[in-house]
Amino acid sequence: MSNVFVALGRSMAGSLRDLLPIVVVIGFFQVVVLQQSVPDLVGLLTGLLCVVAGLTFFIYGLEMGLFPIGEVLAHSFARKGSLPWLLIFAFSLGFGTTVAEPALIAVAAEAARVAAEGGMIEATEQSMKSYASGLRYTVAVSVGLAIVIGVIRILKGWPIHYMIAIGYVLVVIMTFFAPAEIIGIAYDSGGVTTSTITVPLVTALGVGLASSIEGRNPMIDGFGLIAFASLTPMIFVMAYGMVI
Amino acid sequence: METLSQLFAILLSTIKDVIPIVVIIFGFQLFVIRRPIPHLKKVLFGFAYVIVGLALFLLGLEKALFPVGRLMAQQLTDPEFIRGSISVVGEALHWSDYYWVYIFAFAIGASTTIAEPSLIAVAIKANEVSGGAIGVWGLRLAVALGVAIGISLGTFRIVTGYPIHWFIITGYVFVVIQTFFAPKLIVPLAYDSGGVTTSTVTVPLVAALGLGLASTVPGRSALIDGFGLIAFASLFPMITVMGYAQITEKVAARARRKREHEEMEHEE
Repeated sequence: MSNVFVALGRSMAGSLRDLLPIVVVIGFFQVVVLQQSVPDLVGLLTGLLCVVAGLTFFIYGLEMGLFPIGEVLAHSFARKGSLPWLLIFAFSLGFGTTVAEPALIAVAAEAARVAAEGGMIEATEQSMKSYASGLRYTVAVSVGLAIVIGVIRILKGWPIHYMIAIGYVLVVIMTFFAPAEIIGIAYDSGGVTTSTITVPLVTALGVGLASSIEGRNPMIDGFGLIAFASLTPMIFVMAYGMVI
Repeated sequence: METLSQLFAILLSTIKDVIPIVVIIFGFQLFVIRRPIPHLKKVLFGFAYVIVGLALFLLGLEKALFPVGRLMAQQLTDPEFIRGSISVVGEALHWSDYYWVYIFAFAIGASTTIAEPSLIAVAIKANEVSGGAIGVWGLRLAVALGVAIGISLGTFRIVTGYPIHWFIITGYVFVVIQTFFAPKLIVPLAYDSGGVTTSTVTVPLVAALGLGLASTVPGRSALIDGFGLIAFASLFPMITVMGYAQITEKVAARARRKREHEEMEHEE
């Protein structure tokens, strides 16, 4: 029993160390640069305690639940050998985890406001809402496709850098044709789609697939799914801005 | 009491986020693979820990760090604070007068990235897969440096008003060229680290900084120029992670050469 507490204490200390830089930065700017006192010290300390405990629990659960399940799924799909099911799974995982992502919902609503202000759509609540949800589904489909493409790449062992370079070229070409208002949002949408729970799961899936297929190196072939998932939304969001 | 109801609300929304994932995973496991999940109880507990942990984490950030951080982003971008360092009132602000903003952007980018849970996850996995060749802290620090550089360059762009695609396209060209010189093993991980960096901790603080800056700098629109910081934060980690691998490879090669040299001298 005492072993559990030692392990817990150690990982708490680790989380505390992870958090220390933010506390130092905010403290320094508050006291030295802005020369203001720290407001609500009690709230701050309880908040920090929550963050440390939360991070500890998260990492604990990561190794207990998220990593194993991702690997188990990858191994069973590899053993089953059914390509269509694997690809359907890859698409639903990408689509399903993105469509409900709070950061994406916020960005889509923001984008609708930009579009209305720029005169691309009518400035009514109705048309803004439909623009925002259209954008949300566009991004979710693009992430689903990204995971599918990434999984096919792992199976075939294609080198990642040619594919990413082609994606970049597409992004650059589309930048010159897309309406100026959408570009900032499109570039940002690549970064916001991958949430804290999706990333470990998708990483474990990729590494698991690469290590259960003969001739694939988990380091070279296993990583890269997230990279696709952050690239395709840019292309699709700009396309959405051009079509609408 | 207020905290408890807040925790409950956050817990509920975290569960809502996880539901699609759980449905997809267990649906496929039950109906397609048709095999029981090994150590089911442990996995379920793991999921529960992840949900509780994430909810506590978000609650703590919302209570302790975000309010101060957002306020700070507002105050630092306030023209009155920036003018405070200039003697002549009424003179137009130069981009270099915003130096505290760049320093803050650098520091907050680096420190929030260190605490980013999804980056910790990827670093653990990369360390495990590479057999320890890629250090957890080496990767995290390299990514943090990349985000820091990216966000401070992004704030510089908002202040000066240069078009975002100049920076991003230049960055892409650099990444593609660097890929040919970087060790092969690191490339996919480096590409991944671009997307991993920006989630729970970084996005809210960085968005506040971008919107604050874009709404106070004359001639910028919050709606158009406020975006784009995240794109910078996902581009530069690719460059720093590949750079990190290039440096460690060089150091290892030099150590090996030195050792061989010594051994040869020994034999003589």
